[in-house]
Amino acid sequence: MEHIPLNFPFLAAALLVGVSFYIIIFKRNLIKLIMGIAMLASGVNLFLVALGYRAGGGAPIYTDAPEGPMVLPVPQALTLTSIVINVAVLALMLTMVIHIYRHTGSLDSEKSRKMKG
Amino acid sequence: MAALITHSSILIIAIPLVTAFLTPLIGMASKKARNALVIAILTFVAFLVFALARDISINGIHIYTLGATSPDLTIPTGFMVPVRIILEVDGMSILMGIIWSIVTLAAAIFSLSHIASETGQNRFYTLLLLMVAGGFGMMFTSDLFNLFVFLEIASISGAALIAFRTKFADTQEGGFKYIVVSAIASLMVLFAIGLLYAQYNLLNIGALAQVIQYTTPDKIALALLLIAFTMKAGMVPLHLWFPDAYSVAPASITGMLVITSHACMYAAFRVCFTLYGGMLDAPVVGWILIVFGLLSMFVGVTMAVFQKDVMRFMSYHAISQLGYMWVGVGVGLAVLGNPELVATYGRDAISGGVFHILNHAMYKPLLFFTGGALFHCTGTRDLTKMGGLAHKMKWTTILYIIGTLSISGIPPLNGFSSKILIYESVYQFHPILTITGIIVSILTLASFTKAFHSAFMGAELSEYKKVKEVPRSMIIAMVILAAGIVFITLFPSLIVNWTIHPAADALIDQSAYINAVTGAIP
Repeated sequence: MEHIPLNFPFLAAALLVGVSFYIIIFKRNLIKLIMGIAMLASGVNLFLVALGYRAGGGAPIYTDAPEGPMVLPVPQALTLTSIVINVAVLALMLTMVIHIYRHTGSLDSEKSRKMKG
Repeated sequence: MAALITHSSILIIAIPLVTAFLTPLIGMASKKARNALVIAILTFVAFLVFALARDISINGIHIYTLGATSPDLTIPTGFMVPVRIILEVDGMSILMGIIWSIVTLAAAIFSLSHIASETGQNRFYTLLLLMVAGGFGMMFTSDLFNLFVFLEIASISGAALIAFRTKFADTQEGGFKYIVVSAIASLMVLFAIGLLYAQYNLLNIGALAQVIQYTTPDKIALALLLIAFTMKAGMVPLHLWFPDAYSVAPASITGMLVITSHACMYAAFRVCFTLYGGMLDAPVVGWILIVFGLLSMFVGVTMAVFQKDVMRFMSYHAISQLGYMWVGVGVGLAVLGNPELVATYGRDAISGGVFHILNHAMYKPLLFFTGGALFHCTGTRDLTKMGGLAHKMKWTTILYIIGTLSISGIPPLNGFSSKILIYESVYQFHPILTITGIIVSILTLASFTKAFHSAFMGAELSEYKKVKEVPRSMIIAMVILAAGIVFITLFPSLIVNWTIHPAADALIDQSAYINAVTGAIP
């Protein structure tokens, strides 16, 4: 772990967010769009967890805590909540995609589009 | 009663949340009992909101700390900053709460017969009550992460409700667009919260506002929050999903979705005025809101003129009307740093914008409900296929006329009183804003008259010989909102003094919001 610079997770988060925005904007397949949103969620979650990390920190449990710094517990709590919410969002999206496929027979966002203007 | 008031802010959120999961159980036993329960709970919540509003007008900002030994113990013993979730209800929040309680009650009553022929009604009411809880949470919370959670609750249940009628293809498409936009917007909000937390180790809006520095990460966070909330509120150029999602939902839900747009707008105002407040580069952000507000007004109304689908047509008008609020409050924000200008016209501009939120929240759901009534009776949303319905649907026709006159700002209806307040104040800021506003108002009247003509006027069409007036519960729901319009029309100055000015002052006066949280420091 000593060889990895501390801001490495932030770079990874930025990369994930960048790639996911590319996917969301340019990909026409609805399943790929959902994957893009899942990646965006992962990027944001990674950013949150990385915020709370302290070099060499232990788990934030006070009972029999070893010497040394602890990582921040609040961002972990936020991330946990966010993961749960995103599971619900992704499940709902996939449900709707199943219905869209049943109605239109296509997953292409251009072909399955009825409403314009 | 005193205890009820003390705990009212959390009860207003918790009661719909708990009842949401009770409705399927009761619905299995009896449909009537379930419907009665939903209406009774929403009536009780509306009563609590009004009681809380009265309490706030007497005792000032209402604070409730979750999990503390005493509700006003915002900062736990031994800590320097608030660590618990705090609900803070001031003049602006309670105005949004009043709007939300009235519209949700009307929407639930409207739903009773509007979705009577659908399957899965138990789940419909569960989602509806979850959306109610999410909306109240967004309006009352003073914790940024809590705001994100309630935003997601309202979005997920809203998207599921849009896609509720799975037999139609377009509902699925509209619901999917809504959930995609919501997911992206709320992840942007979460990212901004992370940026703020990284610097200040705080999540409470009041405590953050005290220490915020307006550094570069703060500016990025502000941009992310504003883009996310304006996207969810349907501001041009991020409006493309808006008519698709709003036109396909059941009409009662469309009425509620309009208010969730207002809730996102409220969150954007909260961020600009309360979170950043004095540190904000106010003229720049104010002008951004004004320019995009003007664009929304103009693009919304010009797109609406071409629409043939009655719900789509009204959705574009919703975008256009939201523009008025952005402009009014944007002007107030632009002069925020200058107390003299705030006193001359800034406060009036904010009051006008906020008053327009209240008025729009009465007439737009009413118009969507009449659109839903037309769909209920004719089975189509296409205006060109309708005609001569005034002969059969007298109540709907009268209520549609009230809504039309109100949205077009015809004196003396309530739409006029808020528009004149905006026109007069923004004229002193820049005359072009008022001119655009009046032009948009004229175009609004023109397109609504056209829609009125094609749906209601003319001879009776043979295919609608058997059409009857809509069921009684739909009329009651529409009459509730029309009564709100008439009440505001009759007593505009009363409403402005009691609810609008406190709301505008709550936005301007950042220190009151901060002191309510941090004032408890010994």
